[in-house]
Amino acid sequence: MITGFILRALEGKIVAMIVVLVGIAILVPALNLLTPPDSAFHIPTYAMALFGKYLCYALLALALDLVWGYCGILSLGHGAFFALGGYAMGMYLMRQIGPRGVYGNPVLPDFMVFLNYKELPWFWYGMDWFVVAMAMVLLVPGLLAFVFGWFAFRSRVNGVYLSIITQAMTYALMLAFFRNDMGFGGNNGLTDFKDILGFQVQADGTRAVLFALSAIMLALCLLVASAITRSKFGKVLVGVRDAESRVRFLGFRVENIKLFTFVVSAMFAGIAGALFVPQVGIINPGEFAPANSIEIVVWTAVGGRGTLIGPIIGAVLVNAGKSFFTGAFPEFWLFALGGLFIAVTLFLPKGIVDTIQHGFRVRKAMKAAAEAEKGRVGTDAVNPSAAQAAE
Amino acid sequence: MNTIAETRTKSLLYLENVSVSFDGFKAINSLSFVVEPGELRAIIGPNGAGKTTMMDIITGKTRPDSGTVLFEDSIDLTKKDEADIAQLGIGRKFQKPTVFESHTVWDNLELALNRDRGVFGTLFYRLTPEDKARIEEILETVRLTHRAEEYAANLSHGQKQWLEIGMLLAQEPKLLLVDEPVAGMTDAETAETAILLREIAKTRSVVVVEHDMGFIRDLGVKVTCLAEGAVLAEGSIDFVSSDPKVIENYLGR
Repeated sequence: MITGFILRALEGKIVAMIVVLVGIAILVPALNLLTPPDSAFHIPTYAMALFGKYLCYALLALALDLVWGYCGILSLGHGAFFALGGYAMGMYLMRQIGPRGVYGNPVLPDFMVFLNYKELPWFWYGMDWFVVAMAMVLLVPGLLAFVFGWFAFRSRVNGVYLSIITQAMTYALMLAFFRNDMGFGGNNGLTDFKDILGFQVQADGTRAVLFALSAIMLALCLLVASAITRSKFGKVLVGVRDAESRVRFLGFRVENIKLFTFVVSAMFAGIAGALFVPQVGIINPGEFAPANSIEIVVWTAVGGRGTLIGPIIGAVLVNAGKSFFTGAFPEFWLFALGGLFIAVTLFLPKGIVDTIQHGFRVRKAMKAAAEAEKGRVGTDAVNPSAAQAAE
Repeated sequence: MNTIAETRTKSLLYLENVSVSFDGFKAINSLSFVVEPGELRAIIGPNGAGKTTMMDIITGKTRPDSGTVLFEDSIDLTKKDEADIAQLGIGRKFQKPTVFESHTVWDNLELALNRDRGVFGTLFYRLTPEDKARIEEILETVRLTHRAEEYAANLSHGQKQWLEIGMLLAQEPKLLLVDEPVAGMTDAETAETAILLREIAKTRSVVVVEHDMGFIRDLGVKVTCLAEGAVLAEGSIDFVSSDPKVIENYLGR
């Protein structure tokens, strides 16, 4: 049953993308660690860390594509799930600092000593165990998505109203995490990490492993997403997107279908956040900012929603553009991002990947038509609107 | 209303004194209406007579303010929602053809099949030989075999209507509610649809809402005329269309 479920996921483009990701997971760390710094093939550590960050964003965009591209739920709050996954990882990393903090308290992280905490708040218990922290990376975003979705989908909140309340959700969390008495480091968030599983976070080897893990987790989540969308459940999902009432009157529980997808998507986002934090070295409430969640939508739209690989490409390209622009012309980045979104909406409404696919289909159809005409083979096969039909 | 109460025990669908109002407007006004097993019934009536609202009540989209709605004399439909009612065996076709345009005709039917509709049931679903045979049979019935691999978006209007009827068949309902199946169809398609519906009605009950009097004459079944949320007249098409109240309210002089 499970093997059939996974085998179905292995479609041409998905396999190609998984191969590329696994290749990146091996090649980039190898070039970073094994080549001398003056070699033409050497990838500097800062570049690897930057690229690793893009891969985390790509996973986040993939998560959004699952709910937006396939189920029609435009979430403007996916940054919240990402940040929660990040905070879970951050709490683990904070507890690993131990007595090496500025105040030297073996249990309490520095910010707690500074804020006169006498003991560890209950929700920090167990977070010094890696397994517990990793479980929280999945459970906390998943649980929030479950509770939120339970109420929203059951009361049939749809379309723009749902988008607005997801945005409100991430905004409310941002305000909450900014407060010092929440016990998450307030304004400054969690930072100054030392070790992860006993390895130095800043060491080149650790960074290489974190990078490889980001690429592998992305490939794994892509596989799961592909298996979901290519199953009958995935077809129902698209049905919900295109004709929700029809699905309901066929006897499906639309609220359960949406809830499952929303929770899976939130967990993907949580994983992305957890991989992001050790590579970037900090997590703070700024990650909950509504603008972040909207940027995810831009990446997904640019790459092509409803394609799974589109959002991955979109996230990497837009963020590479962002790194370049904020370096070269810092004042213009927001204009460039806005312009990009408008241009994609106007000229590539299906995003990069779908537009390329469409181009290939049209060329194939035109070639077939031309060949049929030239050879006059099976004249009835010549369809004057073959290119159109291929759409 | 004694006669209605007597028919209750052998009814498939039973509505008694059902009323619903929206912002003070009585869309349905103590409506009583019975469908027997295996019956094909046509419903006519002017715009705003409450035809679609009645279907909304039966399928759980709208809750009535008062009255009884029973399925198979025992199941209270006013306590159930759309998914429950669909699983009980009531299928509904909308006025505007509503199919999954980005899926193929085959996938549309596969989704509609009366199988496990839960999250995990659909995640791990595999097409069995029986299901395949069933889909092929339905394709035959709704005359779409040659277009099975086509995207539903590329079908003509009439073919979309048929596909939707095919999806209802895949649901294996005991009762089919069909809202204006021939709106926008050519004459040839309309005649085909009448044959199709009569074929379907051999094995289940069908309720058809329609404006096209010629089509209803083709069907040759018992007709109920609604007006202002209540039954105006009921009987054969000739009996109903000669009723002076029906002529005044609906057909015009």
